[in-house]
Amino acid sequence: MKVGKLPARKVRILGLRYLGATVVTLLFLFPVYWLFMISFKTPDEIYHVPPLWVPAQIQFSNYYVLFKDGDVVAILNSLIVAGVSSGIAIVLGTLCAYSLARFGTGGENLAMWIISQRMIPPIAVVFPIFLLYVHFGMVDGFFGLILLYTAFNLPYVIWMMRGYIVDVPLELEESALVDGLNRWEVIWKVVFPMVRSGLMATSVFTFVFAWNDFLFALVLTRTEVITFPVQLTHYFGGQSNFWGKIAAMSVLGTLPIFVAVSVMQRYLVRGISLGAVKG
Amino acid sequence: MTLATSLNGAEQRRPSRLGRMLEDRLPYLIVAPAIFILLLVGLFPLIYSLVVSFQRITMTDNDTSFVGLLNYAELFRDTRLWASLGHTAIITAVALPLELLIGFLMAQLFIDRLPGRQLFVALLVLPTVISPIVAGATWRLMFDVRFGPIGQILSFFAGEPVRILWTVNPAYVYPAIIICEVWQWSPFMFLLLLAALSNVDQSQLEAAEIDGASYLRVLRAIILPSIAPVIAVACLIRGLDLVRIFDIIWALTEGGPGSMTETISLYTYVQGFSQFEISYTAAISFLVIALLTIITTLVLKRMELAR
Repeated sequence: MKVGKLPARKVRILGLRYLGATVVTLLFLFPVYWLFMISFKTPDEIYHVPPLWVPAQIQFSNYYVLFKDGDVVAILNSLIVAGVSSGIAIVLGTLCAYSLARFGTGGENLAMWIISQRMIPPIAVVFPIFLLYVHFGMVDGFFGLILLYTAFNLPYVIWMMRGYIVDVPLELEESALVDGLNRWEVIWKVVFPMVRSGLMATSVFTFVFAWNDFLFALVLTRTEVITFPVQLTHYFGGQSNFWGKIAAMSVLGTLPIFVAVSVMQRYLVRGISLGAVKG
Repeated sequence: MTLATSLNGAEQRRPSRLGRMLEDRLPYLIVAPAIFILLLVGLFPLIYSLVVSFQRITMTDNDTSFVGLLNYAELFRDTRLWASLGHTAIITAVALPLELLIGFLMAQLFIDRLPGRQLFVALLVLPTVISPIVAGATWRLMFDVRFGPIGQILSFFAGEPVRILWTVNPAYVYPAIIICEVWQWSPFMFLLLLAALSNVDQSQLEAAEIDGASYLRVLRAIILPSIAPVIAVACLIRGLDLVRIFDIIWALTEGGPGSMTETISLYTYVQGFSQFEISYTAAISFLVIALLTIITTLVLKRMELAR
């Protein structure tokens, strides 16, 4: 058929681009592959010179150890802290965003102040927060971490949700108000369903931010609510004896993120660019 | 008919006094909880920290008398502090353009129709979303002189054993950090630039092609002006992240050898949590905030991130 036939030059270019795309993807995925493979290796295979690229067989003893020693509690802690703090940030942040978007509360200044809160480097506030937490006995507790991650995700949620809410046609809300719904009902029954997908995407990102945080968790946890990144650094010790554990823990700690982000791929660009780029 | 019923409905559901008051104040009521938490966790520690920075509190000495600008004066004599700012600047100045360039090249590769593009993009995004601590740990394993694949690969191409102590040798620690950083964040640039490039006006590109304009000319005259705002946003976000870089270095070198790769975040951490120089750490924090505020304000003014 004539239609399906491409000029030889175009075929060649397409072929070259596939080759390039494959090489680039393999390059970027190789470290992930390496980590994954280590998690399945036996100690003999991990400390083999020269390094082995494929383990003789897939075995799960590195994971088994994490479960046996109870280290996976760190994953559970991370799930609780990141999940609850995202939930709170989403609810409070969306309400705040609605007010900013629809009533212009606080004007442009409040909006700028809120986004500037996100620009403050964590290192500049972590120490005073630590001192205050010590003072109030909140170090190494769920409440302290959840409060902190909620606060650090709020600017993001407000900023993103304001963008999504502004996109909802005003007429919809007005006609609902004329129909006798009050504001709460308008928010719940009209706006909420309209921004649901944006809401989902934003929750995923807040979850990922809280999940990946290391600095705050390092400073504010001791033994009780160690989160997964902090647990990971505990294996770093002087000797590289714990590679199996590092790899297995990393894989376990990356799976939830991977699942969450895969589901939200459509919103990835808008999410990571603070709404500046609509993908 | 509809109007009549709805007016009727409104009549019946006249809200109570409390309900009306709640509705009148609603714009402020729903802003309040979020702002309260932001002030509590964002502003309160800063004020506390500001006060402390004018005192002289250390681990051993709980002296709460005010010493004026003593801590701030000390900042200027602290060579390790300025070195750490220098390290941060070096990493930012090298990694940011590299990430931008690599991200741009990757985006070029995927901009035209390429069946299966979705899958490629999904896989390429992976480094960006994993925890920076995991990224650092992964590259630590990769770089290991005996059991890591990097040395093995380099030896293969060099034809002789290559033994580089990436995370210890002063000549290689910065390349190691920057490789890890660029690996993790080039896909971030790639994603944003791919979206930006897809939005470039196709008719202009076609017109240029018909006129026989060279690629470089098209790039300069059409593509770059069109994606400039996205480049600005991407650089601002990544720039701010790079200035506060902590996790990757913690996992790779812990600031070593010595304090060679100590960035401002690591130095602040050491002063605060190893030396417990409470007042001095507070002063450093304010230096960092001041520097960042100046830079961010300048950049924001130029590009107007706000819609």
